[in-house]
Amino acid sequence: MLTLDRLTLTQGDFRLDADLTIQTGARVALIGPSGAGKSTLLSAIAGFLPPASGRILWQGEDITAAPPGERPLSILFQDQNLFPHLRLETNLALGLNPKGKIDATDRARIETALARVGLEGMEKRKPGALSGGQQSRAGLARTLLRGRPILLLDEPFAALGPALKSEMLALVAEIAREQGTTVLMVSHDPEDARALCPQTVLVAEGHAHAPQETGPLLDDPPPALRDYLGS
Amino acid sequence: MKTHLMLAGALSLIATMAAAEDKPVLTVYAPDYFTSEWGPGPAIEKGFEATCDCDLKFVAGDVLPRILLEGDKTRADIAIGLNTDVTAKARATGLFAPHNEDTSDLTMPVKWDDPIFLPFDWSELAFVYDKTKLKTPPASFQDLLDAPDDAYKIVIEDPRSSVAGLSLLLWVKDIYGDKAEEAWTKIAPKVLTVTPGWSEAYGMFTDGEADMVLSYVTSPAYHIMAEEDDSKVAAIFPEGHYFTPELVAQLKTSKHPELAQKFLDYVLSPDFQGMIATANWSFPAKLPKDQLPEVFQNLPMPDKTLYLGETEAEKLRGPALDEWQRAFSK
Amino acid sequence: MLAGAALAALVLGTLAAVTLRAGGLTGLRETDLAAIRFTLWQAAASALISCVLAIPVARALHRRRFAGRGLLISLLGAPFILPVIVAVFGLIAVFGRRGLVNAALAPFGIDPISIYGAQGVIIAHVFFNLPLATRMILHGWEAIPAERFRLAATLGFGPAEVTRHLERPMLRSVLPGAFLAIFLVCLTSFAVALTLGGGPRATTVELAIYQAFRFDFDMGRAASLALVQVAISVAALLVAARATLPSSFGAGHDRRATPIPQLSGGADRVAFDTLAILLAAVFLLLPIGAVFARGLPALADLPEMIWPATLTSLVIALASTMITLAIALPLALAATRQRWAEIAAMLPMTASSLVMGTGAFLIARPFVNPTDLALPMVLLTNAALSVPFATRILMPEIRTLQADYDRLAASLGLRGFARLRLLTVPRLARPLGFSAGLAAAFSMGDLGVITLFSDGQTRTLPLALFQLMGSYRMDQAAGAASLLLILTFALFWALDRAGHYADPR
Repeated sequence: MLTLDRLTLTQGDFRLDADLTIQTGARVALIGPSGAGKSTLLSAIAGFLPPASGRILWQGEDITAAPPGERPLSILFQDQNLFPHLRLETNLALGLNPKGKIDATDRARIETALARVGLEGMEKRKPGALSGGQQSRAGLARTLLRGRPILLLDEPFAALGPALKSEMLALVAEIAREQGTTVLMVSHDPEDARALCPQTVLVAEGHAHAPQETGPLLDDPPPALRDYLGS
Repeated sequence: MKTHLMLAGALSLIATMAAAEDKPVLTVYAPDYFTSEWGPGPAIEKGFEATCDCDLKFVAGDVLPRILLEGDKTRADIAIGLNTDVTAKARATGLFAPHNEDTSDLTMPVKWDDPIFLPFDWSELAFVYDKTKLKTPPASFQDLLDAPDDAYKIVIEDPRSSVAGLSLLLWVKDIYGDKAEEAWTKIAPKVLTVTPGWSEAYGMFTDGEADMVLSYVTSPAYHIMAEEDDSKVAAIFPEGHYFTPELVAQLKTSKHPELAQKFLDYVLSPDFQGMIATANWSFPAKLPKDQLPEVFQNLPMPDKTLYLGETEAEKLRGPALDEWQRAFSK
Repeated sequence: MLAGAALAALVLGTLAAVTLRAGGLTGLRETDLAAIRFTLWQAAASALISCVLAIPVARALHRRRFAGRGLLISLLGAPFILPVIVAVFGLIAVFGRRGLVNAALAPFGIDPISIYGAQGVIIAHVFFNLPLATRMILHGWEAIPAERFRLAATLGFGPAEVTRHLERPMLRSVLPGAFLAIFLVCLTSFAVALTLGGGPRATTVELAIYQAFRFDFDMGRAASLALVQVAISVAALLVAARATLPSSFGAGHDRRATPIPQLSGGADRVAFDTLAILLAAVFLLLPIGAVFARGLPALADLPEMIWPATLTSLVIALASTMITLAIALPLALAATRQRWAEIAAMLPMTASSLVMGTGAFLIARPFVNPTDLALPMVLLTNAALSVPFATRILMPEIRTLQADYDRLAASLGLRGFARLRLLTVPRLARPLGFSAGLAAAFSMGDLGVITLFSDGQTRTLPLALFQLMGSYRMDQAAGAASLLLILTFALFWALDRAGHYADPR
């Protein structure tokens, strides 16, 4: 269970409150107007932005002050999920051991993970030699290896085409289901939320609301969301 | 020997320790040029060690600044290669001991009675030119002043960083006295540039960039003897030329005073004096003319030698520098 | 932190030691004030001209691809790493009274130009620093991700729009740093200003310090002047720091960029670029050619003693290169976050080598025989003089690195030695190689300013060169200069290339 306990985030004039709980294994979309603070909230959970006040807890344990790498989570950004100068193998190895040293067992695990996301045999390639979709898959493969219970997605598939994107979302859903991963995804596209996330956190007007059922929320959005969705 | 030097280069620490033998060590501070194999250092070291049963060790670098900073804790027994521009300052420290040598029979154009600083060689300042290129060299200092601005271009050394440059200030001051600034105003247009040291100036002259260079009456000897080139000559002026001895002195704080004294004796010995002409391209301080290399015997020499004593020079150099700077700023 | 403290001690500690020994600071004279004015003026003019001229050259090198481009870029860097005395003689051979330029002008009845005077000082400084400015600006250009140029091309940009939207912001962030670096180099100019200055009007602060030390034996005044020099430099640093904007192009995908013709302009721009490259090549390479023309024939006659000196120089150069990187990398990493580290890294440029040497001597003497420290002092001072450049070269790349990968590295827990091995060093291979090349070259060309520590045995190639000159052997000295030039450049080139090969991109 991920708990945001009376969390307040500030950045200059910007301010966001969050006081909510997300069940273990839930898949939750963060949706809201542009600039409402969806990515900021994700940054705080990932440990890049120290909160002004409040706590972040995972299974009751306070992780508010833990360094990003030691939190029980993996994160995929919009961009820069791989080190372009390192081969996929090494990029993925960093998911197993931040010192980058691996043995034969690890190598086998990396191969398996790559195969799992449909990149078998591409260990020796560098990210520059991959397509955008393949890069996303490689990033996802690394989160597989890390095996952290929470996966944060900061619009990682925004640059992909619709077909590729739904393919990736399905893959994430599949893997998350297999591993019981708790997923938090920032998305601009309500359809992404419907596809991957049974629950949605609405981030608007300085608040991150408690998770609600995605379908009903999108079918009958509150005013703050309605403007954003257009419809 | 070569291997040793290579190691010494890379690991001076070890080299320093390796030099520590049983023999007493005479430490001689000397300028950089002095200790190179093209300078007189190696021959002096060999010659003296053959007579003293000691180890002569040169420490090359800035001689006087180093001693001034070290004060009475200096490791130097001997300081060699000092010029007259620093003797006043050196004397004032009280760090130097009398040389105890008889200077009455030195073969120099200037009578020398300094009890502390002993000359080992000397020369006189001169403007050196290439007679195959410069057809109208100045016949006198006045001639140099009066020549048209474009008659020739001279390169001189900066008096603030070079002893040759400073000696030139005193040379002009000695000849022109109160009119020195006016003299400089006439020289300035003919000065191509002012270099930090002698080497740069002389290099510009041999490269053909400058027509004349402030150097020494003995400079042509090098070209004649080492390069068989007699085109480089010194312009001899009837007004007289400025005297530039090089000096050696022993330190009061020396732990080997007998050895240091023995070195000073050696400096005036025929052995040392006999090699200095071609090792340092200057006149030995104590060697009859007929024992000089033939080229030195035949060098054109001025009839008159100018030299301001230490006190006079010390008094004049500040104002002379100001005059020089003003003349060049016009 | 440690590295910064060591540099501060070396620069400020030595200055304090000299001041203490002198019993306090002494007031300045009228001529000192003139020296300060001249120093500021010539440094600013040299830096401005170098930067302005470097822009078209760097842009041309960025936009055009031709055979030998890489070699030309390396060669154009040569003047910056030349030993001063060698370079001055090369310049005189080209621009001097009897130089090539005047020889070429004479048949047309054009009055000879003179390299002596303020213009000579500036020509020499531009000669030395145009390569630095060009390299820094070219780096800036190459740091713009290829994606941005592609975007520009798809948006239908022409050269003018590229200038407005991509190049101008890049220049805005690169130029203050380049200007500052050159300003500081020229601030402490000594031999160049003196030899080509044509007389006492071209007196710099560094010469005034020398005069105070050697002519007047006035350490207090020397310390005052050194303090003025440090103060001017630090003020310049602070101004430049305010003027510097971080570039914000974001990361690319490391795809090799080839220039897009649409952005590079038509025939007139090709002609302009060609002209810029040609002029720069002639200006920068002719004096070097002159040094070779004079020295190569004498190469065979070099005295045997030149070889041990050469070996010494090589060993010292490589060792001080390691020290440079060991100091510069941590400083540069800290400097992107903390201003003090940047200032500490720049301090050695502000220092008068004479004051530094004397101060270190005063500090060391009560404890050890200074000549025992000859080698460490040479290594340390050589390294210290390269640290500012290495830091400057590394900093922008580190900023980019941090902006692009800090979050990813943090989220993976990548830190410490592993981060250094897997992220920092590979991503910085090029600037590290460039820095190493510079440091080695500087060290090769260094005369060993710290003559107070000299033990008379550690003879380097430049010292041997000076000894040859000092004993009338001008031809052999020219030969030694050629040898020095070849070795310096070879060392620079090898290390710079090694950085390129080590770059995993």
